[in-house]
Amino acid sequence: MEYFRRTNSFFAAAFVLLLAVGLMAPNWFSYLTTISLAKALVVIGLVILLRAGLVSFGQGLYYCLGGYSVGIAGHYLQWTDGFLVLLIAMVVSGIVAAILGLLLCRYREIFFAMLTMAFSMILYGILVKSVGLGSTDGFNIHSVSFFGWEPGTDKLGLIVYFLACLAALIVAVLMHRYFHSPVGFAGEAIRENEIRVEYLGVSPNRIIFSKYILAAVLAGAGGGLTALASGHVDPEMAYWTTSGEFVFVALLSGTAHVAAVFIAAFLFEIIRTYAFDLAPYNWQMILGATLLLIIFFLPKGLWSIFTIRRAGGGVK
Amino acid sequence: MVKSNSFGRRVQFLAIFFSFVFLAVGSGPNSAQAADDSKFTVGVVTFLSGGAAGPFGVPSKNAADLVIETLNEGKMPAPYDSKGIAGMTIEAEVVDEAGGGTKQVGEYRNLVQRKNVDAVIGYISSGDCLAIAPVAEEMQALTIFFDCGTPRIFEENSYKYVFRTGLTATIDSVAAARYILDQKPDLKTVAGINQNYAWGHDSWNDFEASIKVLKPDVEVVTEQFPKIYAGQYGAEISALMLKDPEVIHSSFWGGDMEGLVLQGSARGLFEGRTGILTTGETAMFRLASEMPEGTVLGARGPFGVYAPSNDLNDWLRTEYTKRYDTPPTYPAYKMTQAILGLKSAVEKAAKGKEGKPSTEEIIAAFENLEFEAPSGTVRMSLGKGHQAIQEMVYGQFTNEGGKPGVKNVKRYPAECVNPPDGITSVEWIQKGLKQTECK
Amino acid sequence: MDTLLVILVDGIVYSSWLFLVAAGLTLVYGVMKILNMAHGSMYAIGAYSAASFVGWYFSADYVPWASYFFFIGCALAGGVIAGLLVERGVLRLMYGSDEVVMILVTYGVLLILEDVTKLIWGVDAYFAYQPYGLLGRTKVMGITFANYDLYLIGVSVTVGALMWYGLNRTRNGKMLRAVIHDREISMAMGINVTRTFIITFVLGSALGALAGGLTAPALSVVPGIGIEIIILAFAVVVIGGLGSVEGAAVGAILVGISRAIAVHTFPEIELFVIYGVMALVLSVRPRGLFVTATARKI
Repeated sequence: MEYFRRTNSFFAAAFVLLLAVGLMAPNWFSYLTTISLAKALVVIGLVILLRAGLVSFGQGLYYCLGGYSVGIAGHYLQWTDGFLVLLIAMVVSGIVAAILGLLLCRYREIFFAMLTMAFSMILYGILVKSVGLGSTDGFNIHSVSFFGWEPGTDKLGLIVYFLACLAALIVAVLMHRYFHSPVGFAGEAIRENEIRVEYLGVSPNRIIFSKYILAAVLAGAGGGLTALASGHVDPEMAYWTTSGEFVFVALLSGTAHVAAVFIAAFLFEIIRTYAFDLAPYNWQMILGATLLLIIFFLPKGLWSIFTIRRAGGGVK
Repeated sequence: MVKSNSFGRRVQFLAIFFSFVFLAVGSGPNSAQAADDSKFTVGVVTFLSGGAAGPFGVPSKNAADLVIETLNEGKMPAPYDSKGIAGMTIEAEVVDEAGGGTKQVGEYRNLVQRKNVDAVIGYISSGDCLAIAPVAEEMQALTIFFDCGTPRIFEENSYKYVFRTGLTATIDSVAAARYILDQKPDLKTVAGINQNYAWGHDSWNDFEASIKVLKPDVEVVTEQFPKIYAGQYGAEISALMLKDPEVIHSSFWGGDMEGLVLQGSARGLFEGRTGILTTGETAMFRLASEMPEGTVLGARGPFGVYAPSNDLNDWLRTEYTKRYDTPPTYPAYKMTQAILGLKSAVEKAAKGKEGKPSTEEIIAAFENLEFEAPSGTVRMSLGKGHQAIQEMVYGQFTNEGGKPGVKNVKRYPAECVNPPDGITSVEWIQKGLKQTECK
Repeated sequence: MDTLLVILVDGIVYSSWLFLVAAGLTLVYGVMKILNMAHGSMYAIGAYSAASFVGWYFSADYVPWASYFFFIGCALAGGVIAGLLVERGVLRLMYGSDEVVMILVTYGVLLILEDVTKLIWGVDAYFAYQPYGLLGRTKVMGITFANYDLYLIGVSVTVGALMWYGLNRTRNGKMLRAVIHDREISMAMGINVTRTFIITFVLGSALGALAGGLTAPALSVVPGIGIEIIILAFAVVVIGGLGSVEGAAVGAILVGISRAIAVHTFPEIELFVIYGVMALVLSVRPRGLFVTATARKI
C-alpha cells in the first residue's frame, strides 16, 4: 500500500503545482492545459480498453455526447451548474455505452475498432442532420455557474481550469487504483488469453462491458470539460479524426501508468500548437513524423523512458 | 514493490518535464514587442490544408500577402495610398484554420496573447466564427470575419469586438431566388443539390423559402443532400434528371462544385435545365469549356467578375493576376475588403492623435463605417453597425467566341436582399421579404 | 420501373468505383495484416499524377484517345513509386508490431504524404476532364449516363477477375495465399516473405493509385480527396470481410446499391447508409460476410 501512498502524494503534488501554474500562467496556456487535461480523461478510458487489448476508434462518440449534453443542458434546459452538467454528461455517456456495450463486448481486434467507429460516425450524421442543434456549425454554451455563483467571462476560464485539475486528480487517483485492482489486471489477462480467463470462472465479455462503460463515462467527462472550456460544441467532436487523435495520444502515453497519459496529452497539444505556429502549411507532416518516431523509438510509450533502464524489467 | 530509486527518477523526470513547460510558457509571450508603436500586427486565419484551402484559403492568403505588402509600400490607389495602417507597418501572423472549433479557439488565444496581435482577420467556416465570437468578446480583441456566411452570428447575439466585412449567406439565396424569377417569370419546378452540412442546409432553406414567398406555386421536385467532399454525384444527377426540374439550385463550393459541373455537363444535366451555382464564379475561368452556357453564377457579393469598375478593382485584378497567374476570385476580394476596412477604421480612429489608437477607439470608428473596396462602397450597417451590407449581383455564364464572361447581369441594391436591422433573416423571408424596399 | 432500372445502373456504377477503391486495401490487409490508412494517399497520388499528365497532354494537341493509356500508366507509376518508398522507407522497420499500431503507422504515413502531395502539386485544383467527355453518352430509360462511367464497370470487373485469377490460379498467387495462411510456415518452406510483402504493398498501392487515376477525370483534384475515401474503403472491406477479394466485391455492391436506393427514395438518409450497412452487417456477422470465425488459441 505504500506504493499507492507514494503515487498519491505524487499526484497531489502535481495537482498543487498545476493550480499554482494556473494562477501564474497566461490565459492561452491554461486553456491549452485545460483541453489537454480533458482529453487525457478520454485517453485514460482508451488506455483501460487498450490494456484489455481493445482499441476503440470511436471514443469521439462519448466525447461528443458529453459535450452536447453539457451544451443542451445549459442552452435548452437552463441547467447551468458546472458540476451538474458534467454529471449529466457522464450519465448520458454511461447509458449509451451500456446499450451499445451489449453488442460491442462480443467484438475484438479490428472489428471492435471498426464498429465503434461506425457508431460514432452515426452520431456525427445525426448531429449534422439536426438543424435545431446548429448542424455542423454547432452552438455556443453561454453561461456556467457553480452552486449558484456565476463567474464572469474573464474568470470562467480559470475556474474551468481548476475544475479540470480537480477532475484529473480524482480520475488519476481512482484509475491508478483501478489499474492495480483484480478487475484492472483482468484486462491484461484477457489480452493475453481469453480462454484461460474463462477457465478461471470469469466472463471476459462482462469485464469488457464494464470497461467499455467506464471508458465512455470518462470520455463523457472529457467532452463536457472541453465544452465548458471552449464554450462551443460541434459534430466534429464525433468525427473519426477526433477519435484517431485520442488513439494517437494513447499510443504516445503507453499503457504503463496513469500519469503518462496526462503528460502525453499535454505534449500532444504543445507539439500540435507549435507545429501550427512553425509550419502553418506543413504541420501535418510534423505530426506524422512525430507519430512514426514515437512508434519506432518508444514502442511502449512515454513511460518507457524511465522504466526501460530498470534492468530486467522487474515490475511487480 | 517497485525499486526505491524509481521514485527519485520520477521526480527527476517531473523536473525535466516542468522545466520544459516553463520554457514553453516563457518563450511564448512576446510582450516586449507589444508596446511597439511602429507596427500593427494582424493575425490572418484561413484554410491552408484540406478541401477548402485551394478554392478559399490560398486565394485569400495570397490577397492578404499582396495587399499588406502594397500597403506597406504605400502603393495602393487612393484613398489607401498612405503607408501601412496609420503610418504603422503591417505584419501578418498566418494560422491554418484546420482542426475545428475547439482547436481554433486555442489558436485564437495564442494569437491574441502569445503573439500579441492588434487584430485578427479570418475564418471561412461558419462553425469557427460562431465559436470564436464569444472568445473575442472575452479577450476584448478586435476580430474581423472576412468570409463565413451564417447570419446567426449577429442575429443571435450582439458583439462589441467582432465585425464582419463579408456578406451573409442569406443574401446569396434571396438574390438567387429574385434573379431566377426575374429571368423565368413562369417558373414551375425547382430542385436543389446541396452539401449535407450547415452551409448547404441554410442555403437551400433560404432559397426554397424565398421562392415560395415570391411565387407560391413553384414546386420543389427533389432536394438532394450528398455528403460534403463526396466527389461522386452519379446517383444524385440521375435523381435530378428523373424529376426533371426547370431550375437546379446548388450552393456547392470548391472541388465539389467543380465535380458537379464536370459530371453534370458530361451527362447533359444542364441541357434544358438551368443551374444556379451560388459560388460558381470561382470556377468560370478554370472550367470555361465545361461550364454550361446560361448557368446562373454567383460570387457571394459584388466580387470577381461582378465587381464594379473602379481604381481599386483595376489595381487588384492587374496586380493579383500578375503575381499569381490567375484572376482574383471572391475570397481574394473579401480578404482585401477586410484589410481595407480595418485600415479605414484604424486611420479614422488615429486622426488627430498621437500613437496607436486603442482597441476601443478603433471599434468606435469601425461601427457604422462606410469604406471603399474593390467591390464598391461597403456599409457596416447591420448587427448594430458590425455587419457589412452591399449590393448583390447575379448573371449568366456565357462563353461566346471562346471568351468566358457573364451576361444578363442584374444588380440588386443592398436593401433588396438584406433584412432590416433587428429582424432575423429567417423571419424576414417568412414574412414575405417585405420589410425592405426593393425596386 | 424506370426508377428501379436507374437505381440499378447508378448503384452498379458506384459499386464498381467502390470496388476499385477498396481492392488494394483488402489485398494488403489479407497478406500483410495491415489496415493501410495511407491507401487514401495512394488514391490522391494517382489522381494527381493522372490529372497533371492529362492537363499537359491535352494542352499539347496529341491524339486524344491515346491519352487513356498514358494517364492510367502515369497513375500506376505514381502508385508504384510511392508504395515502394513507403514500404522500404517506413513499414519495413515496423513489421511485427501490433495490428493496431500498424494502423497508426500508416496514419502517420498518411499525414506525411498529405503534405508531400501539397508540396509537389500545390493546393490549386487540377482537372483532367477531357477523357471523361470523349467517350460520349448513352441513354438508359431517358436518363443519360456518361460512357466513361459505364466502361469503369468493365474495368472494375476485369481488375477483380485478374486479382481472383492471380491469387487462385497462379503459382505466385498460391505462394501469396500460403503467406496469408501462415507466415512462419511459409517462411520455413522457403518462400521469400520479404519479397512477397514488397510486391503486395506495391501492388496494393498501385491499385489505390489506379482508382484515383481513373476517377480523376470526373473530379476536381484538390487536397484532401484521399482522406475522404479512406473510411469509405474501410467500410466496404470490413463489410465484405477483411482480406477477401470476393468480400470487397460484395461489400461494394451492397453499399453501392443501398446508397443509390437512398439517393432516389430518401435522400436525407444518404449520410447514414454506409455506416448503417456496416453496423448492420457486423452485428449479424461479426467478422464480415466472407470470413469465417477462426479457432481460438489456448
